[in-house]
Amino acid sequence: MRKRAIIAGAIAAAVALVAAGCSGSGGSGDSPSGSTITYWASNQGTSLDNDKQVLTPVLNDFTKKTGVKVKLEVIGWNDLQTRIQTAVTSGQGPDVLNIGNTWAASLQATGAFMPFDSAAMKAIGGKDKFVKTALETGGVAGKDVTSVPLYGLAYGLYYNKAMFTAAGVQPPTTWEELVTAAKALTKDGTYGFSLAAGSYTENAHFAFINAAQNGADFFDKDGNPTFTSTGAVDGIKRYLDLMQTDKVVNPANAQYDNGVMAVNDFAKGKVAMILSQNNADSSINANGMKTDAYGVVPFPAPEGGKAVASHVAGINLSIMKNTKNKDAALEFVKYMTSEDTQSTLGKPYATLPVLEGAKANFTDNAEEAATFQKIYNTMSKPLPLVPAEDQFENTVGKAMNDMFSKIATGGTVSASDIKAALQDAQDQVKQSMGG
Amino acid sequence: MSTTTSADNPRGAGLQTGRATAATTAPPKRRKRQKGWWLPLALLAPAIIFEIIIHVIPMLTGIWISFMQLTKFYIANWSAAPFVGFKNYAVALDFNGAVGADLLRSFAITCGFTVLVVGISWSLGMAAAVALQRKFWGRGFFRTLFLVPYALPMYAGIIAWKFMLQKDTGAVNHFLFDNLHLGGDKPFWLIGDNAFWSIVVVAIWRLWPFAFLMLMAGLQSIPEEVYEASAVDGAKPFRQWRAITLPMLRPVNTVLLLVMFLWTFNDFNTPFVLFGNAQPAAGDLISFHIYNASFLTWNFGSGAAMSVLLLIFLLIVTGIYLLVINRRSRRA
Repeated sequence: MRKRAIIAGAIAAAVALVAAGCSGSGGSGDSPSGSTITYWASNQGTSLDNDKQVLTPVLNDFTKKTGVKVKLEVIGWNDLQTRIQTAVTSGQGPDVLNIGNTWAASLQATGAFMPFDSAAMKAIGGKDKFVKTALETGGVAGKDVTSVPLYGLAYGLYYNKAMFTAAGVQPPTTWEELVTAAKALTKDGTYGFSLAAGSYTENAHFAFINAAQNGADFFDKDGNPTFTSTGAVDGIKRYLDLMQTDKVVNPANAQYDNGVMAVNDFAKGKVAMILSQNNADSSINANGMKTDAYGVVPFPAPEGGKAVASHVAGINLSIMKNTKNKDAALEFVKYMTSEDTQSTLGKPYATLPVLEGAKANFTDNAEEAATFQKIYNTMSKPLPLVPAEDQFENTVGKAMNDMFSKIATGGTVSASDIKAALQDAQDQVKQSMGG
Repeated sequence: MSTTTSADNPRGAGLQTGRATAATTAPPKRRKRQKGWWLPLALLAPAIIFEIIIHVIPMLTGIWISFMQLTKFYIANWSAAPFVGFKNYAVALDFNGAVGADLLRSFAITCGFTVLVVGISWSLGMAAAVALQRKFWGRGFFRTLFLVPYALPMYAGIIAWKFMLQKDTGAVNHFLFDNLHLGGDKPFWLIGDNAFWSIVVVAIWRLWPFAFLMLMAGLQSIPEEVYEASAVDGAKPFRQWRAITLPMLRPVNTVLLLVMFLWTFNDFNTPFVLFGNAQPAAGDLISFHIYNASFLTWNFGSGAAMSVLLLIFLLIVTGIYLLVINRRSRRA
């Protein structure tokens, strides 16, 4: 008798699973009201659950206003790219989704995203409402963008004020000062610096930023990879040397596959400095560190280098081309990029505004807000807006993961090793471009 | 507890006799169709249809894709992808190029991994099966205990290993260095060269209960009298194992080793769950490598070509293995 009950239960569960799987693609609609759209949100808060808590009231408000229901799924950064690829490949995906803005050109090339032509742009409130540099990350120059900015982000150098005072050092304005300060702060089990050295996206960003400080680019005008320039090799070497020769980074950081892990070390006072985007504020505060206990300065370039402190980071919103609820999706994008929603979400997610004329409200610390606004507006360089950009992140980022592992496990990485690894990455990218 | 009672039941071996009688029943006459001749076909049809849908069609699609340049530019509209002939294969097999060299290295790592995992899992499974062959108090408990890794959901088991193998917070380093006081620095287990040994250990942990289960079932069919007779002749346990157990388990071993080889060579879950995105070069198993080659670079044509090469390799190995085994058993 019990066996039969178990079997019946198992069958019921299987049927329910299948049914749930099928219902995902349902829904149709001429008028947006009454329809349901699926929204994939990236992880912006302190955890996936936190994101759900933050977004649910905002989405309920949207439903109340328009009658469109929103099915929310929050996806972590480690899975987001794969999930998007699967959606693009299979044609089964959400109606609206968040993408890392650096992927915009790559995803545009797949043709799976809806271009925001003039009609669509008008439906979401016109392109003039966005900050120009932010909107430019939406796709390749000269084509209708396939994504619009949602949250603005930039990297900054966070430092612990009390630890700096105790060690008698000033916030660095050059790379050389940064290394000196970090060395003075590395003692008694604390480290000067923490890096997400096992995160390929973070590593790729800093390969780009450090190379940009040397005036080097990873792609030429035609979108062909130029990974092996001296500027790129030196920039990456400088970054790796924080762990390798300067020894101001705990080798255990090589296993940090997620920026939040470095942020947590910082908030707990284990390290004096981190490089993070402004959304770190929510995690730092959640760990009990007060806003006035830390300061932020632009990530410094070496003496004589270019003042590039960040890439133009951020999250964009896209609509899948095959959505059956185009009107509802456009309505939703308009709502998410409206002034009200932006200011509601700006604080919990600690983001910079992407709307023209809006002010950063993510922190009560006016100095920090001004610093990030300055970095975002004047010291950020966009990652190359070419279709192969995502492969740059994958291949170069992973090569840097490997090099950090090698250093952490006692090996050494020389300039020629870096050049060889970059050559290898470039060959892979070229091959997949069909070259 | 139901597992222990059924494992203790020696009649489980009765399956074989049942099959033998079924095979000896006379086949139906050809000319006159008997009543209900369609029934076996109707019963087989769902299996055949699903086999075609689930195995054959995807395999043929994969082979077709391997001749296309299916990159992200064509992914939303497959049919527009250009036909490139054997170009994807040429790149994968050009061991001087970056892509081919990486594939070759991954292949070599996978070969080493497979030999170690299959060899050690089989040895452990055999040792445990023989040790638990005789009845003793608590045998049921040990049999259940040994099957735990096999019964655990794969993801949960490997995630637990992932936590245990962390450098600063993991149980393995805590045990070795904080409890046993081994000197030196705590090593990394999931990055660098140690990653290879980590994945070997985890894969063995997952696989050996299967070997144990199969060999234990095989041992049930060896009659007790043979051992008794050999004991009378003065055979010691090792001699008994070599002269009775091994030869009588031959049919089981033939299948078991082949299945374990194929599973291990194709293992995707273990590296995927254990390493996630931070996959180290030393743990770059071939299935995982092909996945990365196709998904991370969006180059599905190239990934499909590598898959077909892997398929061909496994077919050749399996074919040779079966030929050798069959020839030997015919001679015997």
